[in-house]
Amino acid sequence: MATQSIKSKSQEEKPIGVIGAGNFGTVIANILAIHGPVILYGRNEEAVIKMNLERENRGHPLHENIRAVSNLATIARECDVIFPMVPSAHFREMMRNLSAYLQPYHILIHGTKGFDITLPEGETIESIDKLSRKQVKTMSEVIREESVVVRIGCLAGPNLAKELSQRQPAATVIASPFDEVIQIGKKLLRNDRFQVYENKDIVGVEIAGVLKNIIAIASGALSGLGYGENAKGLLVSRGAVEMVYLGRALGGDVKAFLGVAGIGDLVTTCNSPMSRNFTVGYRLAKGEKLPDILNDMAEIAEGVNTVRIAKKCADFYKIRALITDRLYKVLFEGMTVEEALDFLMRFPLSADIDFI
Amino acid sequence: MEILEEKKNKNKPYKPILDGIPDWPVYQLSKNRKEFIAEVTEKALGRIKELRPNLKQLIDDLQATVYREQNRIKRNRWRVDPKDDARFWSAIKSELVELGSKKEEEVSRAVDKIVEKIVHRYASEIAGNFKATSYKLAREAIKFGFLRLLNGARIKKFGAFFRNRYTLRDKIHIVGKVKMIRKLAKQGTVVMVPTHFSNLDSILIGWVIHSMGLPAFIYGAGLNLFNIKIIAYFMNSLGAYKVDRRKKNLPYLETLKMYSNLAIQKGAHSLFFPGGTRSRSGVIEKQLKLGLLSTAIEAQRALYMSEGEPKKIFVVPVTLNYQCVLEAPEMIEDYLQVKGKDRYFPEQDKYGSFQLIKFLFKFFANPSSISVSIGPGLDVLGNYVDEQGNSLDASGRIISTKDYFISNGDININRQREDEYTRMLSQKIVAEYHKINRVFSSHLVAFIAFEIWQKKHPNLDLFSLLRIPEEDLEIDYQEFKTVFKKVRKQIYQMKEEGKINYATHLKGNSDSAIQRGLENVGIFHLNRPLLKNKKGNIITKDLSLLYYYHNRLVGYDFEQLI
Repeated sequence: MATQSIKSKSQEEKPIGVIGAGNFGTVIANILAIHGPVILYGRNEEAVIKMNLERENRGHPLHENIRAVSNLATIARECDVIFPMVPSAHFREMMRNLSAYLQPYHILIHGTKGFDITLPEGETIESIDKLSRKQVKTMSEVIREESVVVRIGCLAGPNLAKELSQRQPAATVIASPFDEVIQIGKKLLRNDRFQVYENKDIVGVEIAGVLKNIIAIASGALSGLGYGENAKGLLVSRGAVEMVYLGRALGGDVKAFLGVAGIGDLVTTCNSPMSRNFTVGYRLAKGEKLPDILNDMAEIAEGVNTVRIAKKCADFYKIRALITDRLYKVLFEGMTVEEALDFLMRFPLSADIDFI
Repeated sequence: MEILEEKKNKNKPYKPILDGIPDWPVYQLSKNRKEFIAEVTEKALGRIKELRPNLKQLIDDLQATVYREQNRIKRNRWRVDPKDDARFWSAIKSELVELGSKKEEEVSRAVDKIVEKIVHRYASEIAGNFKATSYKLAREAIKFGFLRLLNGARIKKFGAFFRNRYTLRDKIHIVGKVKMIRKLAKQGTVVMVPTHFSNLDSILIGWVIHSMGLPAFIYGAGLNLFNIKIIAYFMNSLGAYKVDRRKKNLPYLETLKMYSNLAIQKGAHSLFFPGGTRSRSGVIEKQLKLGLLSTAIEAQRALYMSEGEPKKIFVVPVTLNYQCVLEAPEMIEDYLQVKGKDRYFPEQDKYGSFQLIKFLFKFFANPSSISVSIGPGLDVLGNYVDEQGNSLDASGRIISTKDYFISNGDININRQREDEYTRMLSQKIVAEYHKINRVFSSHLVAFIAFEIWQKKHPNLDLFSLLRIPEEDLEIDYQEFKTVFKKVRKQIYQMKEEGKINYATHLKGNSDSAIQRGLENVGIFHLNRPLLKNKKGNIITKDLSLLYYYHNRLVGYDFEQLI
C-alpha cells in the first residue's frame, strides 16, 4: 500500500474526499469540485444511488465533478486529502470505521463543530457531575486518537450552507499546526467568492467554533421573546467574553476567538434564523419543550449537547459562565427563558473586558 | 536485612550482537574521523546558508556569535576549553571587521570562509575520539573497579575485596525490552533517549549498553562532565561526543545537529539525554529539548530519500531509577533559587574525582539498588514497532514510516512539518518515560510524606511550606500507612493498565515496604529526607530534599488520593 502511493497519480489528479453528505458536507463538496474531482461519502447506500442518479442532495444540485459512494475504503484508497464533515456524535465511530484504511500520508481537514466525550463506565452525560479535558476532546484530537493520521486541519468560520451554495461572499479559517495542510486546504477551497484565512492554533479554532453554538441558542431565545438589537448586542459581546473564558480553560488561545472562527462565526449564527441552534432557542422561548423541538429537526443541533458539556467543564475548571449555566437550566432543568434572562439582568457585574 | 533486598538477578549476561569492535559503526566513524568532520563541516555550512539566505542576516548572526563567545571566555571558562580560544575568536572578529572594506562580490566568499572556519572548529570540538584499545581498557576498568568496590564494601570480611559474591548485575537491574532492543540494533540504528538525573548516568548507561551486548553507542555528553578528569577519561573512551550547553549560537547548534544527523545516517547507534540537562527538581522530564531529537527524524527522512534499502531508526526511551542522587541537595537548591527568582545560574560541578569515588564506595556499600528500565522501540514518529522493526498503528496493523514524509505522492523535505513531528515525538517519549518509570518504595514514601504535609497546610505555597521548621513536622505512622496502602493500590491498578511500573520490593507487607522506603530514600545525604522518630512517627531532616525525591512521582495524579 505504502510503496504503491509513491508511484500512484499525483494529487492534482487524485480526487478529494468528503465524508458526510449532510448540508454542509454537500456544500463543501461543491466548492471543492470547482477545482477537480470529488468523492462524496454517504452512509446510506440508497441515498447515494439516488444522489448519483438525480445529481442532487438535500436541495443542493451536485457539481458534475462529484461522485457519491457509500464505501469508506473507496474514499481512503482513492483520495490523499479527505474532509470529514459528520456530526460530533458520530465522529469517533466514523473514524473507527475509517482508520483501518488510513495511512500516514493521508491529510484530514474536518469541519465539525462539536465536542466528543468519553465517559467512565456506568456514567451517562446526564449523571456525570463535572467534565475535564480528559473526557472532552475536539475532533482533531479524536482523529489523532483513532488513526495514524497526523497531518490534520480544521475548517471553521461563518459558513451557512445555504448562503455558500448561493455563492454569496464568505470566508473560512483553516487551522493546523502544519503549514502544508493549511496551504493544501487553501488551494483546494479558495475561489473568487470564498476567502480562506490561516491559523496555527487548531484547538483554539475548534473550541471557538464549538462554543459559539451556545450563544447561538441564547440569541434564538432572545428573538423568540421578541427582543431587539440592544439585547442582541449585549448577548454577542458578553457571549464572546464567556467563550474566551471557557476556551482558555480548555486550552485555546485568546486570539482564535477574535478571528473569523470566533467573533465572525458568532455574529453570523446569532443573526441567522436559518441556523439550527438559533431555531432551538427561538422555539424554546415560544414555550415549546426541548424533546419536541429536537424531534422535528432533520439534522443535529450541535449546540444542545455543547451546552451540557460546556456547563460541566465550567464546573470542573471553576469558570464563571453565566449564560451557559442559565441555558443549561432552561434546556435540562425546566427553567423558563424569562426566568433565565431575569437572573442574568440582575446579576451584579463590573469589568467589561479583563482578558487582554 | 537480606529479606529487604530485591531478589537476585538470575538472568545470564547477554552475548554481544556484533563480534569484533571493527564491525561497530562507532569504530568506523572514528577511524575516518577526519573525513567525517569534513563532511559535517560542509553540510552544516550548507544548512546555515539555507537558514540565513540573506547575507546581512548571516553577518549579524556571526557578529552575535563572536560577541557571545568572547563573553563566555571572559565570564565562564572551563578547564576543558581549548587554550587558543581567545586568539581564535579575536581573529574571527577582525575578519568580520575587514568585510567592510571588501568589494561586494568578495564579501559573500569571505563570509563563507569565516563560517567554514567556525563550523570546522566546532565540529572538531564536538567529535568523539573512540579508540578500540582504550574502550576495552575503560570497560574492564569500570567493571573491575565497580566489582571490587561492590564486594569490598559489602562483605565485611578480610579479603572480601577480591571475592566475587556480588556482581554488578545484582546492583544494577536492567528491566524491560532488552531482547527487543538487541534485535532492533541488528536491523537498524538505535537512538537511545534516557532520563537524566545524575552525572553518574553517563557512566552507568555505558555499562548498561555493554552489558546488554550492544556495540558502543556514540553519546551526547555535556562538556561540563569533561571537567572531571576521571569521567572525561571514561567518556572519551566510550565514544562520547561533546555537547557544550554554554554555546547557543546558530553555527554551533547547526554543527552539533549535523554531527548527530550524519552519524545516525551512517548507522552509529546514538544516545543523548533529550532533557538537555539533569532534572534539577527531580521531576521526570516533561519538556524535552527538540534540537538533537529532530536529527533522528531528519536522518530517517534523508535515509528514505537516499538510494538502496533504507535503514530504519528506532527511538528507545529509557528511565534510570535511583534511590539516592548524589547531587540532589545542590540541584534542588538551584531549582528553588531559579524558580523563586527566575535568574540565570551558571553550571557548576562541585564534585571532583575524589568525591566521586567516595560516593561510589558509599553507593556500593549499601544494599540499595539502581534500576534501568528499557522502553519499547518506537519509530521516529513515536509509533511502536514490533521485533522485526515494523511500525504498528494502535490496532497492530503494519504501517510505513516513510508515508509520513510523503506529500503529493512523493517524499519531500518540509522543515516545518519535521519540527512538528519532533514535538510529537518528544511528547511520546515523555509519555513512555512515565509508563516505564519504576517506582521504588523510597520514591513512594517521599511522595506521600510531602503531599501529606502540603495538604496539612493548604494555604501555603511551595516556598512558604519549605520555610516551616523541620521540627514542627510529624506524621502519625498509622495515618501514613493508610495513605501508603491506598496509593500503592492505585499503582498496582495503573501497572495493570500499563501506565506505570514498580520494583518488586514495593510489594508485600506494607510495614516492611515503608521501612525499606524510609531506609533508602536519599540514603547518602547528610540530612536524611525521611526518618522515624522514637514514637515511630514520620519526620524529616530536610524538607527541600524530600521535595526533590517526592517530585519523581509527580504527574500521575496521585495527589488526589491524599
